[in-house]
Amino acid sequence: MDTIYLLIVLAPLFGAIIAGLFGRQIGRAGAHSVTILGVAISFILSVVVFWAHVFGDAGVYNETVYTWMVSDGIQFEVGFLVDNLTALMMLVVTFVSLMVHIYTIGYMKDDPGYQRFFAYISLFTFSMLMLVMANNFMQLFFGWEAVGLVSYLLIGFWYKRPTATYANMKAFIVNRVGDFGFLIGIAALVFYAGSLNYTEVFAEAESMRDATITIWPGWTFGLLDLALIFLFIGAMGKSAQVPLHVWLPDSMEGPTPISALIHAATMVTAGIFMVARMSPLYEFSVPALSMILIIGAITAFFMGLIGLVQNDIKRVVAYSTLSQLGYMTVALGASAYAAGLFHLMTHAFFKALLFLAAGSVIIAMHHLQDMRAMGGLRRHMPITYVTALIGSLALIGFPFFSGFFSKDAIIEAVGYSEIPGATFAYWLVLAGVFVTALYTFRMFFLVFHGEERYDQAHKYMPDHGDEDDDHHDHGPLHPKESPWVVTVPLILLAIPSVVAGYFIGPMLFGDFFADSLFVLPEQDVLATKGETYTGVIAFVLHGLMLPAFWLAMAGLGTAWYLYMKRPELPGVIAERLKLGVRILEDKYGFDRFNDWFFAGGTVRLGRALWRYGDALIIDGLLVNGTARSVGWISARIRHMQSGFLYHYAFVMIIGLLVLMFAFVI
Amino acid sequence: MITLEHYLVLAALLFSISVAGIFLNRKNVIVLLMCIELMLLAVNINFIAFSFFLQDLAGQVFVFFILTVAAAEAAIGLAILVLLFRNRGTINVQDLDAMKG
Amino acid sequence: MTFELLLFYLFGAILLGGALAMISVRNPVHAALFLVLCFFAAAAIWLLAEAEFLGIVLVLVYVGAVMVLFLFVVMMLDINLAKLREGFTEYLPVGIVVAVAMATVLVAVITRYITMDVPERAGPEYANTEALGAILYTEYVYPFEIAAVILLVAIIAAISLTMRKRPDNKSIDPGQQMAVSREGRVRMVSMASEKKKSPRRGAQGGGADGQQDDQSK
Repeated sequence: MDTIYLLIVLAPLFGAIIAGLFGRQIGRAGAHSVTILGVAISFILSVVVFWAHVFGDAGVYNETVYTWMVSDGIQFEVGFLVDNLTALMMLVVTFVSLMVHIYTIGYMKDDPGYQRFFAYISLFTFSMLMLVMANNFMQLFFGWEAVGLVSYLLIGFWYKRPTATYANMKAFIVNRVGDFGFLIGIAALVFYAGSLNYTEVFAEAESMRDATITIWPGWTFGLLDLALIFLFIGAMGKSAQVPLHVWLPDSMEGPTPISALIHAATMVTAGIFMVARMSPLYEFSVPALSMILIIGAITAFFMGLIGLVQNDIKRVVAYSTLSQLGYMTVALGASAYAAGLFHLMTHAFFKALLFLAAGSVIIAMHHLQDMRAMGGLRRHMPITYVTALIGSLALIGFPFFSGFFSKDAIIEAVGYSEIPGATFAYWLVLAGVFVTALYTFRMFFLVFHGEERYDQAHKYMPDHGDEDDDHHDHGPLHPKESPWVVTVPLILLAIPSVVAGYFIGPMLFGDFFADSLFVLPEQDVLATKGETYTGVIAFVLHGLMLPAFWLAMAGLGTAWYLYMKRPELPGVIAERLKLGVRILEDKYGFDRFNDWFFAGGTVRLGRALWRYGDALIIDGLLVNGTARSVGWISARIRHMQSGFLYHYAFVMIIGLLVLMFAFVI
Repeated sequence: MITLEHYLVLAALLFSISVAGIFLNRKNVIVLLMCIELMLLAVNINFIAFSFFLQDLAGQVFVFFILTVAAAEAAIGLAILVLLFRNRGTINVQDLDAMKG
Repeated sequence: MTFELLLFYLFGAILLGGALAMISVRNPVHAALFLVLCFFAAAAIWLLAEAEFLGIVLVLVYVGAVMVLFLFVVMMLDINLAKLREGFTEYLPVGIVVAVAMATVLVAVITRYITMDVPERAGPEYANTEALGAILYTEYVYPFEIAAVILLVAIIAAISLTMRKRPDNKSIDPGQQMAVSREGRVRMVSMASEKKKSPRRGAQGGGADGQQDDQSK
């Protein structure tokens, strides 16, 4: 199996290196062929691995393949831990990645950075696989940083746009904040356990629960609580949880395939994956779980609200991603790791689908992203329309679509949970269902139904300045269906978006994750839920009786009423609720606060340090001060250097006299 | 009976006189050089005296070398003096202040 | 008081008196002459301490060479004596105080701490010059050589410092002489040979013909 795992990881890396370093030589077709081949190999082998683990009897694989170095008894290794959780993640990552690779051929057709783009996304696939397959914290951190790096590169892919470079710096810096916590968390665990290896750290979990750490006298914390909260701060950065979510909406500056692959399906779920992977630790820390629960719930509800007022099609999907990540986080906080991962999987499919559908629309609209200039596209783009409908229904949790199962499971799990904050979280995620349905179908109706508003396109054209990739001929738009390289991935993603939900039985209530996740019996909310589980149909029927379903339907109905039946109403409502809309359009002021407090504060701090620390103290007092004091003293003592011979002779003689007096008498 | 003290006191007095000479003739470089010769003479007297009283010729060898070096010093010093006078027209120490900071 | 001591006091008095006169006279020439007197007296005192060779050397070398050099220089330079004497009386008290203090300290130290037995006088067979030479050329041969080098350096330094380039100097640079080449001296000119113009000139044309032949080559 070693060879297979290595091949899975290295095939995309190989493709990335070829396409990245020799892109000019192998040309466009060469670049996409070699990277798609690499990712396809990974995908096929991932299927093999998944099959072997889930249906075969392959045991948990946990081996070190390379020892990088040993320092102070701590081994820095590259190793793979492959169990059902990893196999699932590998499958999701490679599948979505493969779809995105194929889709990119169509989407980036005219882009001058074609080869570079393929190199980046293959590199991303490699990094993400390293992350999920890690069996130690070092490799986890490597993958964590590597996906962050690729994300940075891809958000700023159109590096000539100032907004893109702003967004990628923002993403990178915000992620640094999270990574700082992540690193502290790892350090705290290594400090106690003396090892980077998961298994060895997990073995210490119970004893770590009682260990405390004193930051400074009078401030004593449970070591485990502290380490896990810091680890979760890392996850907050990567998985865009409040308040470190600000980078994700801006990351939509990157090309749409990237939004699908990195900022919806895979990278942002790294935090979810990490917390689930650390479940043997998190189970012992109720404060950490409680924090996860509350932050997840806040993200789930309030980020969804912002989605209501966005007009950029990609941003709506981005806020929806934030909201759904919040749902996953809530599931983790409620100890329903399996539900979180299940939602992660279904979300990866339907959100990638939605993003790619959005991308397809954007291609048709000649890189116009504002929904106010769309409408009626269902007549022109039937395949995109159907697949987007599937994705939207999955997202809002329509019965028999994948999202229904995963989201219902999460909501019920939170309902059963007894972690502090669970009730608060429960109401928020429940309300979130209504919001989700509302903004999803607002977007859907605005884009695909209603009257065609293409003549307003010029009003909402992105104001990007350069654009050597866009052709702004400003003639009347005639949207038409995208080429097959775009629609095939849509169709292929639509299939799991529908059917992935039917695995709910084994994944949530069976023993699919038995080897990977660890849940204390008294916190096992899924087991409580599982007692009543009898089958998919029964689950759906039961779900129809729950408030979540009716809220989703209400949201759908509201969207239909507001945007189909009475399209003038939203304006009126916005007029009435001016303040609320202002707050939402301001994204609760996070950006403004960050710009003012952190960015501006740093600038002010830097300026103050420059003016007072550097210019005044160092330059003024130390450097020039030294020179000045030397000059001052010299000006005084230069009078001793009269240049007259007899003065020196006099001093010599006086010195001689003093010496004689001192030594002799 | 001439004792060691006689020689040493004589040398000490000679040395003190030459120090006083340096103070008094502080403007005349030639006399300054002469005073230095006088100081060396005082030192040489000490060497000779110790050489005699210790019955060790090393002291006289030292005097020999001091005379050599003093001769060289006088030669070069006077050469510099001549050069100085030629360039600046004076040997007044007070005027030789080009090195003054 | 023995005769030796009498001689010592006599020459010591001459020495100190000469020294005092040297530092106080107005004229540098007189000062140099008083210094010569000091050297003579010192040479005599050295003879009393059985350092005959050095005593003679002091007279020959110092008085004969160094002091004469001083006199040369003093007489050669046209010095404004009045200016050089400025401040003499002003600094007199300071000089006296310093000198007295120094002398007091030195004498105090010498008389308090240093005493030594007076050795036996050497007999008439003892030759100071021979003994000094014996160790100077054996034990101290390397310092001796170095001293010679120092003197050489002093000679060269003194000469090079005082040497002046004269505009009417007709000396030749040997380096330039050696660097002379044929091209630098002889210039070949090709020109048409001249016809004989008149028989009168032809009489003395031998030399001219030869010259033409040379040039036509």
